[in-house]
Amino acid sequence: MSIRVNFTVNGSAESVDGVWEGESLLYVLRERMGLPGSKNACEQGECGSCTVYLDGIPVCACLVAAGQVEGRSVRTVEGLADGDRLDPVQEAFLECGAVQCGFCTPGLIVACHDLLARNPAPGDAEIREALAGNLCRCTGYEKILDAVRLAAARRAPRP
Amino acid sequence: MTTVAARAVGTEADRVEGLEKVTGRARYAFEHPIEDMVYAAPVPSVVARGEVIAVDVAEALTFPGVIDVLWHGNAPKLERVGNAELHVLQSPRVAYRGQYIAVVIAKTLEEAREAALRVGVEYAVERHDVGLRADHPRLYRPERVNPDLPADVQQGDPDTALAAAPVTVDAVYRTPAEHNNPMEPHATVARWDAEGLTLYDSTQGATSLRDAVAPLFGIEPSSVRVIAPHVGGGFGAKGEPHPPVVLAALAARRTGRPVKLAVTRQQMFSVTGYRTPTIQRVRLGAHPDGHLTAIVHDAVEQSSTIHEFAEQTTTPTRIMYAAPNRRTTHRLVRLDVPTPSWMRAPGEAPGMFALESAMDELAAACGLDPIELRIRNEPEVDPETGLPFSSRNLVACLRDGARRFGWADRDPAPGVRRRGRLLIGTGVAASTYPVYRSACQATARAEPGGIFTVRIAAADIGTGARTVLTQIAADVLRVPLGRVRVAIGDSALPRASLAGGSSGTASWGTAVTRACEALRDELDRRGGTPSTGVTVSVDTTEENGEPSRFARHAFGAQFAEVGVDRDTGEARVRRLLGVFAVGRVLNPKTARSQFIGGMTMGLSMALLEESVLDREFGDYLNHDLAQYHVAACADVPAVEAYWVEESDPHLNPMGSKGIGEIGIVGTAAAVANAVHHATGIRVRDLPIRLDKLLT
Ligand code: FES
Ligand code: FES
Repeated sequence: MSIRVNFTVNGSAESVDGVWEGESLLYVLRERMGLPGSKNACEQGECGSCTVYLDGIPVCACLVAAGQVEGRSVRTVEGLADGDRLDPVQEAFLECGAVQCGFCTPGLIVACHDLLARNPAPGDAEIREALAGNLCRCTGYEKILDAVRLAAARRAPRP
Repeated sequence: MTTVAARAVGTEADRVEGLEKVTGRARYAFEHPIEDMVYAAPVPSVVARGEVIAVDVAEALTFPGVIDVLWHGNAPKLERVGNAELHVLQSPRVAYRGQYIAVVIAKTLEEAREAALRVGVEYAVERHDVGLRADHPRLYRPERVNPDLPADVQQGDPDTALAAAPVTVDAVYRTPAEHNNPMEPHATVARWDAEGLTLYDSTQGATSLRDAVAPLFGIEPSSVRVIAPHVGGGFGAKGEPHPPVVLAALAARRTGRPVKLAVTRQQMFSVTGYRTPTIQRVRLGAHPDGHLTAIVHDAVEQSSTIHEFAEQTTTPTRIMYAAPNRRTTHRLVRLDVPTPSWMRAPGEAPGMFALESAMDELAAACGLDPIELRIRNEPEVDPETGLPFSSRNLVACLRDGARRFGWADRDPAPGVRRRGRLLIGTGVAASTYPVYRSACQATARAEPGGIFTVRIAAADIGTGARTVLTQIAADVLRVPLGRVRVAIGDSALPRASLAGGSSGTASWGTAVTRACEALRDELDRRGGTPSTGVTVSVDTTEENGEPSRFARHAFGAQFAEVGVDRDTGEARVRRLLGVFAVGRVLNPKTARSQFIGGMTMGLSMALLEESVLDREFGDYLNHDLAQYHVAACADVPAVEAYWVEESDPHLNPMGSKGIGEIGIVGTAAAVANAVHHATGIRVRDLPIRLDKLLT
């Protein structure tokens, strides 16, 4: 049995045919829609590499059945920059050296983006807690914390 | 050409491919868009030892979308190579649980997976043995240990010296099996066409993978192309080829379609290598003032029945401390387990846990500060070879670290510092990693527009290699960074060694330096860049073959502060501080990240990581990230990394030592020593779980 799924991805309305009902949103994005920015590192909600926004809430795309996104809106790492203008979180990751192999990066960037939207000036403990579901095997997280602090400072409204 | 002396090396240049990575545009192995692609799902063995006597593919073949099912009865024949792990689907023998028995190829991944569950396999099961024991009857001494070192080394008469020593330590330390768990699972897209085989693969070495795969299929290396522009971490797991890449190539050959195969996180625990568990006995003999008279370090490790992997666990002990009488040994037992493989600082990481824990025990036995004990045993020359060290700044690292960490007023008494429910303690350990370098080729090209292109089949698995090679090239060419392009990650480029043994930058950087020097000379000779551009090629085989008159190693000092909950036994690291002596640091930004990442993996090794073997079924039980814990953001407190100035002319043109691995070496000992300081409990088997601290 295959289904058609209609949803919005990064602002554009999409319709995907031939989706098996057990497929994950992550699989549909990566294998059917040519959007491999969100990564697949565990497929069972343990690593956060696949983090995307679903109607503005960060979710593990590997845990969302494709059919569940019918009529809803998804935003991935590919949809964070405004044309060539990077989001402050992306910029900060670049500048602080918070990226090594880059495999955890897309999920982490979405998670940090969400954290700053909810809490514009998070303390270190809050950052560590908020990112505890996003595993990174390379960086030791220090530079990722730096990046969140930098992005927070840049996003803060100027006096 | 410009004469501006652009000093790119030593600056915090941003990662060259950072933009692609933060926007999600960087393409990893599984993500290369290829027409007409199909998916493979392997069928793993569910027994640890025996023989496959029947494979029933009928039901799987009729499943919708299925194109073919391969097993040893119908798989294309492979040539024999040195590593039998790569003889995939060639025999009915089962050497470990999880070994590939068959593979289903289907139009979608879901179809392939579903059909793989419907492949019926019948086994003649044999009794397996998966238990590593120090008294295993089949222990043997391997000919050599990795990378090519003697298994045993003895100097003087350690047994007599130990018997006569006024102070001794004699203890057994254990480290568990650990899995590298890079965030990107191993993945391959394999395609055959008239030219041969193309592999988009998550590999630490495009050239070496090409050279390993070609003979399996009886073709020339020139008929295999490996493409790997971005690799999502490896830590050794993607260093040598493992069965999945061969399986993908077999499936593509048989079906005539490009085949995608991504190992699942669960399957990574059986088919992509791991760190061998170790049982290590360390014996130290010393004078009451701490001067060592004898060091004996014996390691017991495992390998599989089909391939010998002999980890160099006790080799760091050969160079660390002066003592006239010394012995280091390795014993292996071949079990019905997957073959162990390289994991970040293979040998050094477990070996230094044992040695540096024992040194802490000796410091206590002598009533000496552990830093002072190490300083007293600092050797003049390499104790094993008698060669002078090209540079050795362990003492400088210990002193600098002590100052930064605030070691001076430390009360050595264990178990006396309380803060609420926490017992607080601090610990120190030394760190070391050898200097390796391999021969490479490279080309450098000047374009008429003032752009330079350097080509070398190097790999960037997250280390920052692409960035650092760009910096090196820019400086040798004396041009700004923005005018240099570095092409890596493709076996069609000039041959290069793999990203392993912390040798990448040294090996590739030497070739890049020589190529850019040759290009500069050529441009000087021609009086500028000709309108067609100009290319030069170099090969560092000769330069690399010159034997060194020096013992070359990096050193470091690791400090840890821990808090142990008195009621629950939970140990948490409160801060980590490392100081390293690694020659010249080429990019402080990427280097710091490597050190901190390594130290964090060391913290993870100390407190969390353990692949738990199921003796009954013979495989690793906790085979996913929910059960195999790697340090998450909330586990990691303030981690600081520093380095001391070190100028060493005996290394390579950059004056650099490798930095990818030393960060993990010694961390676990520093943490265990801090736990002892906090609680008075000496944990000699990793990881330091709460049950080991509840007395
Ligand atoms: S891939 Fe979704 S959480 Fe790991
Ligand atoms: S950068 Fe490699 S896993 Fe985070």
